[in-house]
Amino acid sequence: MDKKLTPKEKGIRLLLVLTFSFISLVALFPVISLVVASFSPSTDLMRFGLTAELFFSGFTAENFEVIFGGEAGAYWRWYVNSLIVSGVLIVLSLFFSSMVGYALALYEFKGKRFIFILVLLILMIPFEIMMLPLYTMMVNLRLVDTYFGVMLPLIVAPIAVFFFRQYCLGLPKELMESGRVDGCTEFGIFARIMAPLMLPSFAAMAILQGLSSWNNFLWPLIVLRSNDMFTLPVGLATLLTPYGNNYEILFSGSVMAIIPIIVLFLFFQRFFIAGLTSGGVKG
Amino acid sequence: MERTAERTVEKKKRSSILYSKTAAPYIFVSPFILSFLVLSLYPFISAINMSFQRVVPGQTEYIGFSNFERVFNPVFFTALQNTTIYVIWTVVILTLIPMLFAIFLNHRLIMFTNVFRAAIFIPALTSVIVAGTIFRMIFGESDMAFANQVLSLFGLETQEWRYGAATAMFLMVGLASWRWMGVNVLYYLAALQNVSKDLYEAADIDGANAWQKFRNVTFPAIKPIFIFLSTITTINGFRMFEESFVFFETTSPGNIGLTIVGYIYQEGIQRNDMGFGAAIGIVLLGIIFVVSIIQLYVTGAFKKEDS
Repeated sequence: MDKKLTPKEKGIRLLLVLTFSFISLVALFPVISLVVASFSPSTDLMRFGLTAELFFSGFTAENFEVIFGGEAGAYWRWYVNSLIVSGVLIVLSLFFSSMVGYALALYEFKGKRFIFILVLLILMIPFEIMMLPLYTMMVNLRLVDTYFGVMLPLIVAPIAVFFFRQYCLGLPKELMESGRVDGCTEFGIFARIMAPLMLPSFAAMAILQGLSSWNNFLWPLIVLRSNDMFTLPVGLATLLTPYGNNYEILFSGSVMAIIPIIVLFLFFQRFFIAGLTSGGVKG
Repeated sequence: MERTAERTVEKKKRSSILYSKTAAPYIFVSPFILSFLVLSLYPFISAINMSFQRVVPGQTEYIGFSNFERVFNPVFFTALQNTTIYVIWTVVILTLIPMLFAIFLNHRLIMFTNVFRAAIFIPALTSVIVAGTIFRMIFGESDMAFANQVLSLFGLETQEWRYGAATAMFLMVGLASWRWMGVNVLYYLAALQNVSKDLYEAADIDGANAWQKFRNVTFPAIKPIFIFLSTITTINGFRMFEESFVFFETTSPGNIGLTIVGYIYQEGIQRNDMGFGAAIGIVLLGIIFVVSIIQLYVTGAFKKEDS
């Protein structure tokens, strides 16, 4: 096919590829910069910013020596906190949201339409409006500064409910009937017959929920009080002051926070893409 | 005898709640109902209630509309202005540029689409805090920071990025645009897969030029995504907080980085004036509601032909 291209078409192809190579480079530049920064003297970075020279000067591992060398402060606590919060949230929110989405798609029952409208409504009302009453609620329930307090508002995610519903609309209802004939409980039908068919949607939502709780900032910032309970973004943000003395942790820690995600992305690209563009599923 | 007993057991089992086709959906949706009541409806009503109160532990009292009267002060208008400018920039950038990128990434002559797509998407994986940290280093105040070095290279004046209103806005819009570009490109790319090749051929036969093809074939196919993205970007723009926080934390010189949600945070959490914070939130909800309606009207989402 390539051989049939006219010189003009070849020119267009070259132009397109060059343009997008440049765009890709711009898109990746901050990520590359972050890696460079993590291997650069952190006090220089805070004083002069990221200079072009740092890309070519010798690399130092001192930032990594700090976080891996026992002077990491609470950094690994933050990491573990983020892992716990994201991990538990993925499990809980997938379990509950998939059940709700499944029921909304595959059962006929009174109030179904109304509930679906409620799902859409919550999707549209900004969380920030309800933030202060939710915070008061956490104070009253003594959930401030706890893992559960951070997770509670995110356990049944409307976006995931919506996504699972759309996905389940495409599943064969007849399988549910044959499950009933075989004497399965209704939950058994969901867990043993239908859920395996929903695996791609589970993968996409695990990534969406995992990523959004890993990167979540405002709510943890409000609910968490003590340094030892901070999640990664909240903890890293505390290092961003002009008067700090932990800049080594800021840069090596930031790299350690995003590299695992990028590695996961390279392996599970398809599910990442499905998860992050789930808002546009046709209704 | 035994047989009938067995049958009744069987019958009981069948009619028990575990096997009930009518009860099952309600059990399945109950987590949502519970979370809706406790974590959405109650806080929502509570927010409205709070906005009419002076919230002081032990002696909370209703004070009528005075929280709302206080909302419309110069600081709020600064926050509103910043937020509005931010919304306009992000909506324009994040709906039009990804559209252009997607159309070219969908061009029949391009190669390595998957590589480019992945590269543009990777920023979406970063948190605002991590991304903002590196933006602060690239756009550092010193003349030696990368962005300023590039400016000097072109003979332009170096900038103190975080200390001027226009450059501060540039940083916040730039950070958001950088993080969301790839996601929006993917939305458009998905929509472009629905455009039938026949329509382009028909347009070619009619002698349509590139603009006419875009206007009459491509755009109608991606219009729903265009409307969706502009609505979502508007709402997210009005909710903006982190992009400002990572550059300025909670105070910026002359409030150049203050957003409406930032103002809620300042008043409601930092100064513990919950009633006032809630009132700002209600006003924000009103603004988002009105803007969304206008937007859907202007983009024609309400027109019959689209339904």
